[in-house]
Amino acid sequence: MVLTKDVVLTWLETFARDVEENRAYLTELDGAIGDNDHGTNLDRGFRAVLNSLPDERDKPIDGVLKAVGMTLIKTVGGAAGPLYGTVFLRMASAAAGKEALSEADVGAMLAAGTKGIVDRGKAEVGDKTMLDTWAPAVDAFQEAEASGEDLLAALQAAAGAAEEGMKSTIPLVARKGRASYLGERSAGHQDPGATSSYLLFKDLLSAVEGTAG
Amino acid sequence: MKKLINNPEDVVKEALQGMAEAYPELIRVDVENQLVVRKEAPVQGKVGIVSGGGSGHEPMHGGFVGKGMLDAACAGQVFTSPVPDQMYTAAKDVNGGKGVLFIVKNYTGDVMNFDLAAEMAQAEDIQVQSVVIDDDVAVQDSLYTAGRRGVGGTVLAEKICGAAAERGDSLDDVANLCRRVNENVRSMGMALTPATVPAAGKPSFELGPNEVEIGIGIHGEPGRRRMELQSADDITEMLAEPILDDLPFKNGDRVLAFVNSMGGTPYLELYIVFNKLHEILKGRGISIARSLVGPYITSLEMQGVSITLLRMDDEMEMLWDAPVYTPALKWKA
Repeated sequence: MVLTKDVVLTWLETFARDVEENRAYLTELDGAIGDNDHGTNLDRGFRAVLNSLPDERDKPIDGVLKAVGMTLIKTVGGAAGPLYGTVFLRMASAAAGKEALSEADVGAMLAAGTKGIVDRGKAEVGDKTMLDTWAPAVDAFQEAEASGEDLLAALQAAAGAAEEGMKSTIPLVARKGRASYLGERSAGHQDPGATSSYLLFKDLLSAVEGTAG
Repeated sequence: MKKLINNPEDVVKEALQGMAEAYPELIRVDVENQLVVRKEAPVQGKVGIVSGGGSGHEPMHGGFVGKGMLDAACAGQVFTSPVPDQMYTAAKDVNGGKGVLFIVKNYTGDVMNFDLAAEMAQAEDIQVQSVVIDDDVAVQDSLYTAGRRGVGGTVLAEKICGAAAERGDSLDDVANLCRRVNENVRSMGMALTPATVPAAGKPSFELGPNEVEIGIGIHGEPGRRRMELQSADDITEMLAEPILDDLPFKNGDRVLAFVNSMGGTPYLELYIVFNKLHEILKGRGISIARSLVGPYITSLEMQGVSITLLRMDDEMEMLWDAPVYTPALKWKA
């Protein structure tokens, strides 16, 4: 089973809708420990992505992902813009030259995105950031893939680990980003970037399920 | 939410347009890129100074564009960092052949977006240096935080570096001066009421009728400690003491004392704070060489105050006094 460009496009469209539906929720999570704009900013960015997709459809997967990254860097602002933008640019590089992505390719693509978060944000797992969703999700995907699971099963494992990773941020004390200014008071709140990242994994799974089903 | 706006999505562009109409002799505005640019830019043979950040802190930064201060200011959405394209475009607009200094407040998003912009400008052979301002003593500077926030010290750094650029200093010299200002400036703020971001529609945090937040930044982000409202004198002490002990400021130092309104606190209260601040400084043998009082780095309609102290030397004093001609700061030599 492979990840085709059509599925990638469905993934992006699904995520854009999901961000729009969860805009108030993501912003509210950010209000508790940050600056109250994560949903608003990400929604602005992915609405721009949706608007640009019709012009990008004919490009290969890496071209589509690169265009998404550039659009996010141009439109989101805050920390989420450079971070999500870098994720998509790195995923584009990992997918370069491929018509469709095998299980191993998808694992490499997601791992490249994770490395982008580390490079740009200098975060570590446990800092209460989006990395707490990405790192376990990518580990789970690669573990499943290595043990011979197909794309759907590996993405199920990844989405499950992403959800747990997202929830793992609740008790953490933030050590990066604006929430770190709160010190101990940041504990008890779920990280907004970890939450939007979970939606991204969940929507990748549902895009693949849609084609599998 | 009760605000004088038309549509939450249009606030930044409409405000920039208004600024352009109000100060055509000082600035021009690139509404699409959300840039305020000095009217004569690029000034040949002068280091260009670019700053920027989320909107909602007016008059910072757009109000500080003009002769003797900034060459360009990049306005992000409310409380959101501007994007790299904006700083990159600004750097191209103001580069007069001597390079460009980015003055960046230490917030995760601002630092990342300015970094990306610096990479883009350098790729086009524009010399860029960035100095990150981090003067807020309310935040512990450690491996376990994003570091101290950039607050009131930014205004003073922009004025002093603007004057140095105006007299023809090199990019290295202006950047070093900016670092020297940052090393000698400390700030702390507090909030009596929260602020409401127009697009969010409700306050970023809640304070009880008799509660205040100590250690607030310039965004809706909560501070470090919440307590019952106390007298202006007591609150001034709570802000001044950590600032004085941090640098530390010593007997015989002379300072620029900056008492800033977070947007909703009137001059009447700022002067009460300044009065107590003067008494505290006098008690420690510190003299006030220069002062700045008013709303210069605000947090929308938030009621509250911040205190910034800069340890001055002769050069900084001279540069502070140098002429400045911007929408928000104007004086002759």
